[in-house]
Amino acid sequence: SSELFTLTYGALVTQLCKDYENDEDVNKQLDKMGYNIGVRLIEDFLARSNVGRCHDFRETADVIAKIAFKMYLGITPSITNWSPGGDEFSLILENNPLVDFVELPDNHSSLIYSNLLCGVLRGALEMVQMAVDVKFVQDTLKGDSVTEIRMKFIRRIEDNLPAGEE
Amino acid sequence: MADEALFLLLHNEMVAGLYRAAEHGEGENGRCTTKLESMGFRVGQGLIERFTKDTARFKDELDIMKFICKDFWTTVFRKQIDNLRTNHQGIYVLQDNKFRLLTQMSAGKQYLEHAPKYLAFTCGLIRGGLSNLGIKSIVTAEVSSMPACKFQVMIQKI
Repeated sequence: SSELFTLTYGALVTQLCKDYENDEDVNKQLDKMGYNIGVRLIEDFLARSNVGRCHDFRETADVIAKIAFKMYLGITPSITNWSPGGDEFSLILENNPLVDFVELPDNHSSLIYSNLLCGVLRGALEMVQMAVDVKFVQDTLKGDSVTEIRMKFIRRIEDNLPAGEE
Repeated sequence: MADEALFLLLHNEMVAGLYRAAEHGEGENGRCTTKLESMGFRVGQGLIERFTKDTARFKDELDIMKFICKDFWTTVFRKQIDNLRTNHQGIYVLQDNKFRLLTQMSAGKQYLEHAPKYLAFTCGLIRGGLSNLGIKSIVTAEVSSMPACKFQVMIQKI
């Protein structure tokens, strides 16, 4: 049940807030942990979903929102705010399952509670040769009406072949 | 199940992350298991709250332990506890022959010394669940051969 994940995530964030003195460090830890999860999650995703290679960033966006998010978190964010060059878009989450029953205390205003997600997306996409930048630009936990994640394509990662190979 | 995969990855990364931090001096090693157990405790409490909203009251302690072995374990780990033993004096041993958090690690004795790290959270989970059902306990775990493990619950009479 996804409650297990949500509750566990909450316990993790709480623990990290105890272990690290400032929100920035917690945010970094969440991102790092998310990255480590993402690089493994992608295998699980590819095995379950059977999606082929994406031809462009728009396809990638669709796969992320309509298949991946649905599969793992049970929600389908909408895709909006494409940049003119097609290298940036936003995912809008009407509700973020990670934050059910969560309230941010006043002394943690810089905490990006769901920052794990940014790391997961970044790590997963790196494994399919895409370097991306992911960040939260709106957060219902901070009083915004929706949660918005901005994803930007940086560059294609070339396969690193061992020396001496073609 | 997809969301199970997500939980497994999160759990394993939590274990890895805590131990990584301990290595870099951000906390002592011994405290990692305590932290994992406390996190499990909070989650166990939360889970039980959601479950038992609609369930009838339990008859007795054994009834509660059976609930943990069946419904609770199934919801969390998609299977039941394989074997429950008790001395009828407050000690219960829950045996899971294919513990989900260990199946990826190894079969047999390889990495045995790392197994306890992967059990701490679940010990807390059981302790937290029982706590919200009005039972105070101490929960420990042991592994002799992966992926089988035993959780020992010692009920504390208040």
